Amino acid sequence: MSDIKAKISQICPSVTFEEGDCLLVNVPEQDWHSLATALKNDRELNYDLLTAVVGMDWKESLGVIYYLTSTARNWDLLAVKVAVTDRKNPMIHSVSDLWKVALFQEREAFDFYGIKFINHPDMRRFFLRNDWVGYPLRKDYDADPKLNPVRMEDEKHEDDTVSFVEDENGKIKKIPGKVFTEDDYVVNFGPQHPSTHGVMRFRAAVDGEIIKKVDVVSGYIHRGIEKLCEGLTYPQILHFTDRMDYMSAHQNRHCLCMCIEKALGLEVPQRAVVIRTMMDELMRISSHLLAFGCTAMDLGATTAFFYGFREREMVLDIFEKTCGARMSMNYNVIGGVIADIHTDFVKDVKELIRIMPERMKEYHKVFTGNVIAMNRLKGVGILTKENAINYAVTGPSGRGSDWSCDCRKKHPYAAYPMVQFEEVLEKGCDSYARYMVRMREIEESVRILEQLVDRIPEGPIRAQVPKIIKLPAGRWYQQVEASRGTFGVYIESDGQKNPYRVHFQSPCFNLVGVMDICCQGNMIADLITIGAALDFVIPDIDR
Amino acid sequence: MFDFGIWTKWFNDLLVGCMPEWLAILIECVVIAVLVLLTYTVLALFYILYERKLCAWFQCRLGPMRVGKWGLLQVFADMFKILVKELISLKGTDRFLFKLAPYLVITSSVVMLACLPWGRGLQIINYNIGIFFILAVSSVGVLGILLAGWSSNNKYTLIGAMRSGAQMISYEISLGLALITIVVFAGTMNISELVYEQEKAWFLFRGHIPAIIAFLIYIVAATAETNRGPFDLPEAEHELIAGYHTEYSGIHFGFFYLAEYLNLFIVSGIASLMFLGGWMPLHIPGWDGFNAVMNWIPSIVWFLGKAFFISFVIIWFKWTFPRVRIDQMLAFEWKYLMPLSLANLLLMAVFVALGWHF
Repeated sequence: MSDIKAKISQICPSVTFEEGDCLLVNVPEQDWHSLATALKNDRELNYDLLTAVVGMDWKESLGVIYYLTSTARNWDLLAVKVAVTDRKNPMIHSVSDLWKVALFQEREAFDFYGIKFINHPDMRRFFLRNDWVGYPLRKDYDADPKLNPVRMEDEKHEDDTVSFVEDENGKIKKIPGKVFTEDDYVVNFGPQHPSTHGVMRFRAAVDGEIIKKVDVVSGYIHRGIEKLCEGLTYPQILHFTDRMDYMSAHQNRHCLCMCIEKALGLEVPQRAVVIRTMMDELMRISSHLLAFGCTAMDLGATTAFFYGFREREMVLDIFEKTCGARMSMNYNVIGGVIADIHTDFVKDVKELIRIMPERMKEYHKVFTGNVIAMNRLKGVGILTKENAINYAVTGPSGRGSDWSCDCRKKHPYAAYPMVQFEEVLEKGCDSYARYMVRMREIEESVRILEQLVDRIPEGPIRAQVPKIIKLPAGRWYQQVEASRGTFGVYIESDGQKNPYRVHFQSPCFNLVGVMDICCQGNMIADLITIGAALDFVIPDIDR
Repeated sequence: MFDFGIWTKWFNDLLVGCMPEWLAILIECVVIAVLVLLTYTVLALFYILYERKLCAWFQCRLGPMRVGKWGLLQVFADMFKILVKELISLKGTDRFLFKLAPYLVITSSVVMLACLPWGRGLQIINYNIGIFFILAVSSVGVLGILLAGWSSNNKYTLIGAMRSGAQMISYEISLGLALITIVVFAGTMNISELVYEQEKAWFLFRGHIPAIIAFLIYIVAATAETNRGPFDLPEAEHELIAGYHTEYSGIHFGFFYLAEYLNLFIVSGIASLMFLGGWMPLHIPGWDGFNAVMNWIPSIVWFLGKAFFISFVIIWFKWTFPRVRIDQMLAFEWKYLMPLSLANLLLMAVFVALGWHF
């Protein structure tokens, strides 16, 4: 840690450091881009992964906290805080030239805080309409419905974009641009479309059947979860996590609970830890079964879809018995779990473990082995390992590009250090590799369940927590491996009973970021295949 | 074997006996038209239920069960719903072509239905160039689909129509070549003669190797011709919503829907005509007792049974295979299927010339 500190102060003497759950570097705005370049390109520092971009409003200043990871070194996090005091026209240099994932992440920060990123090529809003008044996550935002009524007409100037370019003299010029040119034949997919898996919208410029460019238009199911969290107490914000990626409900909630427990310094009973881990893996199985079914169905093989759903039903039955719900389970709570496992839990999980291997064979027989399916998936939507890291595509999609990025291995948490399992990697970098990673991960999840099912320790299911939960002032970042990639929770507290700022770093947000580069040069039908193989869940993107 | 010709002759004699001949023919035409349309509707309804039940069976489901016993009345409810639905007219469409398109599609499939050999003495259209006539009429349907896609003023329908045009024109070649292979073998294009040619044994067995190859090519090409999975690109619901008929509603949509199911029956009927003897029972030379038992089953049952069986196979394809992509589909036709059917045609010619058949 100290040598990193020394190295950074050597590169940029104007920085100051803060200790927390990870090292935080305070950097003045004018030095930020040069420091970022050094952090990325320096051989020893080598921060090649931009994990999270958190927009912030500290009242006297606006800014961004960047979380960086060095995948080559040891996966430790480094936070960098950049703040500007100009509230009228806040401007920060973009790092989208260094980490491509910032292309979308910075647009989110612009949307919510109005921070303009210098040299960002496409400074449009990401979630809200372009005629939205104000920046909703600012602390002084005026939520008067008169300012932003429900608009009944279409968004105007949808194709207009803008970028703020800095010339050699340091002067910033506003340069308008267009998303698509006049000659582009733009086909619209969504927000109501059978294969976008939710209210997602893609606009694709096509040349015949070949896709030239894909523009992602998001925000149709945006609920402002992060803003809502700021007005609620910690136990009250838990349920939002189940409603983001509903196919990773347990993992997401697990992550938020862990983040709060870390801040409180709370020890979770071992029984709860094991139950949480098992629930996470059951959730992963159910999610990957859905992904299998949807991939098959999007490719036109409707029957395989039902096969996947048949086994998913068993997992949902297990959830229903223990949690009382099949979706939005609301199971994890701060300090443990809300209720003890059902008496049938062990029996049901063992039954699932027993039948899964033969059912997997059946899936491969009905879909994977089919020559049409192979031709449709192989070589489609190439995402190289470099791009996967650059665009921060984690989870099964990243591992399909041969990138070892499993949070369960990199930052072991819960009961994962207790169990043996393999991190599934595929070298194909295409849709088939992503699909196969999911199929093999089901087997690994079954393996984890097999090891834990007889080892659930006796004891309490919940730690003693105070009636009113107040976090000490500070900031925490926690990650888990959700079904679709690394899910992160950022909490900043000012010592009150509700958080000052909560940010959810959702894996699916980064997945849609690569739609454009994956689809270019492929066909219209491949857009659906690529979307299915990346397997994004829309509420997780929009939050 | 019962000859339905006795009934038609009796009816003809009855009419001619009490009115001038032109009026008798006119009345006969009207009666037959009504019968064809009635058959068309009943078959379409049957096929909708047939496919729904079959696909439910493949997918570990029950299918429609609520309306009537085993959901038998479901299709009637659906038909009624589609009949009372509003015909929505859209801005920016080519009104005339938009309304014309479904009629072109349905007309072509009704005319093809009338060409099929329903049973002994149950042949409505019988030309000396029957097979050519069927191929020609089937092309009119493509025109309807292209017009529907173009006139709807929608990008999805246009892409669907383009795909459909590319697909149907390509696969028509293989389809035609497969049928011509059998025509070479039979030496006739007349539909009823083709059936009588198979009295000894079905063409599939008489022509053995080239006939079996032609049969397989025909089944693949016919699946593509009817826009069914895995070749359902023109209406790929996961890409293009409903493809060329996205903008249609009410009975205009119903026409496309009915034509799709009926085309499935028609291609199955043609397959049974050309390869499995039409309405001709299964005859094995020398086994007279067996042949007599087979003859006892009515000819119409034979024909429908064969058609339903082939439809079953095509439905099975649809619910098992994923959809192919446009480039793969075209490559498959032009690189593999068409050269293979040309080679097969040559093979059949050699077999016929050298008499290597039964």
